[in-house]
Amino acid sequence: MPKSVKSPAPEPGRLTVRKTYKLYIGGKFPRSESGRTFVVDGDNVSLASRKDARDAVLAARAAQPKWAAATAYNRGQVLYRIAEMLEARRAEFTALGVSDSELSAAVDRWVWYAGWSDKIAQVAGGANPVAGPFFNISAPEPTGVVAVVAPGSLLGLVSVIAPAIVTGNTVVVLAAGPQIAISLAEVLATSDVPGGVVNLLTGRYAETAPWLAAHDDVNALDLTGVEHEELAAELERAAAGSLKRVIRPQAAIDFTADPGLRPMTALLETKTVWHPKGY
Amino acid sequence: MTVTASAGLSDLRSFLHGLPGVDKVGVEARAAALATRSIKTSSKAKAIDLAIRMVDLTTLEGADTPGKVRALCAKARRPDPADASCPPVAAICVYPAMVKVAAEALAGSGVHLASVATAFPSGQAPLEVKLADTRDAVAAGADEIDMVISRGAFLAGDYRHVFDEIVAVKEACGGAHLKVILETGELGTYDNIRRASWLAMLAGADFIKTSTGKVAVNATLPITLVMLEAVRDFRERHGRIIGVKPAGGIKTTKDAIKYLVLINETVGDEWLDPDRFRFGASSLLNDLLMQRTKLTTGHYAGPDYFTLD
Repeated sequence: MPKSVKSPAPEPGRLTVRKTYKLYIGGKFPRSESGRTFVVDGDNVSLASRKDARDAVLAARAAQPKWAAATAYNRGQVLYRIAEMLEARRAEFTALGVSDSELSAAVDRWVWYAGWSDKIAQVAGGANPVAGPFFNISAPEPTGVVAVVAPGSLLGLVSVIAPAIVTGNTVVVLAAGPQIAISLAEVLATSDVPGGVVNLLTGRYAETAPWLAAHDDVNALDLTGVEHEELAAELERAAAGSLKRVIRPQAAIDFTADPGLRPMTALLETKTVWHPKGY
Repeated sequence: MTVTASAGLSDLRSFLHGLPGVDKVGVEARAAALATRSIKTSSKAKAIDLAIRMVDLTTLEGADTPGKVRALCAKARRPDPADASCPPVAAICVYPAMVKVAAEALAGSGVHLASVATAFPSGQAPLEVKLADTRDAVAAGADEIDMVISRGAFLAGDYRHVFDEIVAVKEACGGAHLKVILETGELGTYDNIRRASWLAMLAGADFIKTSTGKVAVNATLPITLVMLEAVRDFRERHGRIIGVKPAGGIKTTKDAIKYLVLINETVGDEWLDPDRFRFGASSLLNDLLMQRTKLTTGHYAGPDYFTLD
């Protein structure tokens, strides 16, 4: 069964409106700067190049300080809005072959992470008891720009994007399932997510991921969607040059299970402040 | 014709107004067409090194401190501390009050020291003040002076006043090179930019410079094209070679390379030389260094690895 949204046969006298799946960079939907496309299940999809990856990093970097500086409450509202918009577009994803239960799980996952936005700091940080006249306080801060090689399923995609952005990171996502990813981008584009916070590239990740792994202006690399051990190892080595955080799951992840806090805490840096106490 | 310092106001006016008008659509289309040239691999590496050698590393802020100027001078001498093959920049450009500090920091490096003078950036001061400003900067160690013209007088049609000021400042410069800032963003039309270019060159400028960097419209490709054409025609007529310096708003390597293409196609590769072409810039240098690092290491560089100023 073709997974794409096929317009039904046009009424007599009407032309079919065919859809081209483009990239999502900086809140806009550009074609690949290389002009390349490929066909997936009968749909034209953009084939991202290393320059698209570079542009996406620029967009993510530009958006990061403001997104991190937004209040946790505000980021939570935006994530909840994503859940609302995804819920409203269920039919579109159903037509792409996403099951009802997966769709519900994906919507619920956005809501779950939205709730964590103003709670994670209390769990991952707090006051530390120290031997001396100091207040000693640890607070988690976002790592920065995260490059993600994402799994193909909708739930997998949501499960890698949401924990990264809820704490104030911005992401460049290399998506495996192009139609689902770009349909999700359309959800994000209509959800008050500032442009550049999430950037989605479709194409062959084996071509673009090494450039992101070695990029000095990327702070972390999530290899959840990489299927080949050898490529994962190679990407991890490339990431070492700029001391990136690397997430490399050792076993296949069951995305329907409770993800726990690890996906969020893996992309947080702890800042500890010593403040003298006068008494 | 030749306009000498003794020529009357009407001569100067009739000469400047006798210059052919600029075809606005044509010059913009020409600049846009040249901007589409693709410069890759080894040509790009050479272009980046040349552009670094052409940078007038500039800091013109009220908040400039001796410490900041010294840091900038260190960067001018050795832009990429991690790579000795990276060439130094052409010059440092500072306010007169900072010239002494910069001169000490640059001693023996071969990096030129430029100072803005003549009541930069507005130019709205009496001539004596402007000349004193210039002499001070030269005495403190500047070997290049970036002066501003009196746009008010120019726009009012008092070309003689502007001409005489440039001549006087040139004299006050002594051995220092004189760059004349036209502040093209305030001149309004390409015709005025062509006239101001000729006026400055006739009065003895060594360089003509687009902007102070302090107004809304700074250097653009079409403006630089008009000035390059003026320089080319001036050489044909008078045999003297004048440099060009676009300043303000040039931030990326891509932009810089577009200017290099423009030079090559307008005045030829003789001008692809730091003695004849400069970029007035501050943030451009970091982008050039990042692109250079990308070419030498094979991966994209990030701003975290370069200095902030």
